[in-house]
Amino acid sequence: MRYGLRLLEGLLVTVQLVAISFVLGVLLAIPIALARLSQNPILRGVSYAYVYFFRGTPLLAQLFLIYYGAGQFRSAFEAAGLWQFFRDAYFCSVLAFSLNTAAYEAEIFRGAIRAVPRGQWEAARSLGLHWWPTWRRVVLPQAAIVALRPMGNDLILLIKASAVASIVTVFDLMGETRRAFSRSYDLSIYLYAAILYLMLVEIIRRVWNLMEQRLTRHLRRETKPSPTEAAGLVSVVD
Amino acid sequence: MTEYLQLLSYGPTGWGDEMLKGAGITLALALATLPLGLVLGFALALARRSASRTLRGLAEAFSTIFRALPELLTLFLVFFGGQLLLQAILRLFTDTSIQANGFVAGMIALGLVFAAYASEVFTAAFGAIPVGQWEGASALGLRRSHTMRLIIAPQLLRLALPGLANLWLVLLKDTSLVSAVALNDLLRMTSVAVGTTKQPFFFYLVACLLYLVMAVVSSFAINAIERWSERSERQRGAASPVEGRALA
Repeated sequence: MRYGLRLLEGLLVTVQLVAISFVLGVLLAIPIALARLSQNPILRGVSYAYVYFFRGTPLLAQLFLIYYGAGQFRSAFEAAGLWQFFRDAYFCSVLAFSLNTAAYEAEIFRGAIRAVPRGQWEAARSLGLHWWPTWRRVVLPQAAIVALRPMGNDLILLIKASAVASIVTVFDLMGETRRAFSRSYDLSIYLYAAILYLMLVEIIRRVWNLMEQRLTRHLRRETKPSPTEAAGLVSVVD
Repeated sequence: MTEYLQLLSYGPTGWGDEMLKGAGITLALALATLPLGLVLGFALALARRSASRTLRGLAEAFSTIFRALPELLTLFLVFFGGQLLLQAILRLFTDTSIQANGFVAGMIALGLVFAAYASEVFTAAFGAIPVGQWEGASALGLRRSHTMRLIIAPQLLRLALPGLANLWLVLLKDTSLVSAVALNDLLRMTSVAVGTTKQPFFFYLVACLLYLVMAVVSSFAINAIERWSERSERQRGAASPVEGRALA
């Protein structure tokens, strides 16, 4: 396997690219989701247009728009000292993926926040909680349960979609695979890459299952007798 | 402003006609992929319900693999793999070499991906049809093929439609990947226009807007089909059983 090491290096780039973009995207999605839920019609309109644009157009077109499109404003970017950033395919990919993912996550957050019943806010208020503890202790834990699974799906979609970075010369797993194939004409390289992608997705799936188990631990029925019962300290009424 | 309109004009000086032609190919590819993906997806869903364990396992594996692989990788596998395969077959007869067709490769690759997702949608829809519907049909003495066609299929369509509509919108966007294997779709034609005019931001923005237009028009069509498929539900005065379309 002459190209094995290359593929693993590419895998590392893919993981890095996706991890950075996903974290940035999630951070960016929070204000967008809040704007979508706000009372202000301008904020609502702008955030709606943002989400609609990024979800309705292909990621590859968005990537081209940023990476090649930046060239049209080269002098302006140079004046602002940003050209170093927009010249680099890797940074442009991170930007495109973050903006794209933010649109998807914002919709998930919006749905998850709205899924928490009004009564929860009202009850927290009547207990005299300020907005931050209400948010942190009451709303967020419940919204997180709703949001977790679709977020995992989106992360997997982002891993798959990140392969388009190879089209703008980023040597991620797909990029290394294409380079190796163009030199060797050995189709099995694509199969090895496929296995690596499958493994990556499977790992995410398992991690997400574990996270879901942790977040919903209070909702699960105890199937085994609890330690106190097992020790015979409490009699089980039947 | 007029300068930009000039760039988009129809004819030899502008790029409007080229880009619309590209959009036509994008649409044609998506429309050609749809029946392939639907039929294969439905067959996979049937296989997943079959009594044979091998068949179930195979359909399950197909769906898992093609949902996990990047669409771009599937496309390259089909494009280059198909080329090598056809060449090997052709070499048995002649010496001529062939070039794989981007449209056909794109159709097959996107069809495989569509089918993998569609089989999930169909499986979920099958699960939502009460067993009583099968039993009732059987009690009336309907044959299996009649049960499927007259009792199950109409309900299945209604239940699967929101999920399939979502997949169509995804498919429309995924066609852009085929520009990477030399198909003159919307994105590729835009790149050609950019190469000549040196106006990348403007042209890619126009391309994005064209994709948006296709998505918006699709949504209208989807809504019409959905209303049609739910016509019997509304007459009974019941709320739509398929609230929202939360299938990602």
